Amino acid sequence: MSKRYEIRFSGAGGQGLITAGIILAEAASIVEDQYAVQSQSYGPEARGGASKSEVIISDGPIDYPKATLVDACLALTQEAADKYVDTIKPGGLLLLDTDFVKKPPAGDFKIYRFPIINTAKNDIGRAIVANVVALGAMVALTGIVKRESGEKAVLRRVPEAFVELNKKAYNTGYERVKALLD
Amino acid sequence: MAKKVALLQGNEACAYGALYAGCSFFGGYPITPSTEVAEVLAKELPKTGGKFIQMEDEIAAMASVLGAALTGAKALTASSGPGISLKQELIGYACIAEIPCVIVNVMRGGPSTGMPTGPSQSDIMQARWGTHGDHAAIAVAPASCQEIFSETVRAFNLAETYRMPVQVLLDEINGHMRERIELPEPGELEILDRQAPPVSPEQYLPFDPSFGDVPPLAAFGSEYRFHVTGLNKAADGFPTTKARLVDAEERRQIRKVEANRDKIEKNEEYMVDDAEVVIVAIGTISRSARHAVTELRKQGRKVGMFRPITLWPFPEQRIAELAGQVKAIIVPEMNLGQMILEVERVIKGACDLHGIGRVDGEPISPFQIMDKVKEVY
Repeated sequence: MSKRYEIRFSGAGGQGLITAGIILAEAASIVEDQYAVQSQSYGPEARGGASKSEVIISDGPIDYPKATLVDACLALTQEAADKYVDTIKPGGLLLLDTDFVKKPPAGDFKIYRFPIINTAKNDIGRAIVANVVALGAMVALTGIVKRESGEKAVLRRVPEAFVELNKKAYNTGYERVKALLD
Repeated sequence: MAKKVALLQGNEACAYGALYAGCSFFGGYPITPSTEVAEVLAKELPKTGGKFIQMEDEIAAMASVLGAALTGAKALTASSGPGISLKQELIGYACIAEIPCVIVNVMRGGPSTGMPTGPSQSDIMQARWGTHGDHAAIAVAPASCQEIFSETVRAFNLAETYRMPVQVLLDEINGHMRERIELPEPGELEILDRQAPPVSPEQYLPFDPSFGDVPPLAAFGSEYRFHVTGLNKAADGFPTTKARLVDAEERRQIRKVEANRDKIEKNEEYMVDDAEVVIVAIGTISRSARHAVTELRKQGRKVGMFRPITLWPFPEQRIAELAGQVKAIIVPEMNLGQMILEVERVIKGACDLHGIGRVDGEPISPFQIMDKVKEVY
């Protein structure tokens, strides 16, 4: 019987969360030999306010392609946190941006927080890589793919000139969450 | 050798499947949620000498596909409900003039413009009876991105083999979701090409029934000259009102599908052998059904799934057999009851029948199906 693991990236449209979901799906199913399905909020829902990208990862073929009960959820905005936490599995994981989710939602899940967007902006130097910081963070939080697989999947999509920037973003996100877990 | 793999959207897989099948022409008009099919082909077709045309509307897009197909090209269009409605006149023309082509319908809510970004399966009956008059229909309804690729290839094969339009039915969910697919090597999947007429241009008749139910189609514009019309026609392609000829050619066109059901039909069965309840579902919703069956089996319930991959012609015989074996059939579909009518017709009351309909833009979840199974059995 295959094990199904569901991850949701949520935030505002334009934060690159769909790309983060695609990269995670590629890490699982192209770099590693797992099964993955990625889907996203679409249409008017994606164009203003809260937006989400979902990845289901399994060691066997995946039947239902949409999230049922989410094992791990990322929220980069308060709106996304409020809107999307209701389907987190009891005892599941929730990663929040400290600065942009001031009021962590209540529920039966473990909350982890760090300033994801400001880490990208200040430590890496480019706010645009916040999604890659978030991806590294979610890989560390879930352990669903190997650290190297996530990095490899990021670099598959990045032009030569931005390799170092993205490597740093990914690994910073990864290490920040690792530190929270230890 | 390692397989070439990629994470592709269903719509992208459809476009790459078309290219694999040898599609060299796309005529379309963009519409959500089908647009990625056109986007990929706009980029890829020119690289291999193919043609991509964005026409002024969906009707013209279908007309361009028929024109290209007549000249010998494997031609494709992709659209969604409102666009497919506009194409119906020319789909009928493709039926009667026997023009091979493939039409992708990424289904969204309706009628009319409905809900562009919501998934739907409400064009099931349109795919069968959308154009007027008696006609055969072939439609395939793949579920996964890998299958969208291979069924698009098969749709072209069926179109060429039976010289008729074939529809590929997707929905907003499997059109937009991304899955890993293994891209087949050339030669790995069967590709069927149009056969040149075995007679000289002088002897050629475009609808000569002595060749069987599917007369060979010459390339329009070549040395083979012939007439094409939407009127009932004689073997030479010119209009006729002779009762005997009209009757014979109408029946031939139905027969070319009916007499070849065994070659056209394709189904998947999951845990039906000892099932007391069978869920009949297509496309994305078959994936909900599979999840529900797996979960219910863990609870000791004898439930199975039957999935038509070829939706039209409908798998009458197998569903009738299953109806004799089970207590109940459940038909979940993202509409308010279309495929269930076909199931009802073929089971002739042999077992109980229940539907689950949903049209709010959300998929039917595995839990909804599990609840229904528990309610009825």
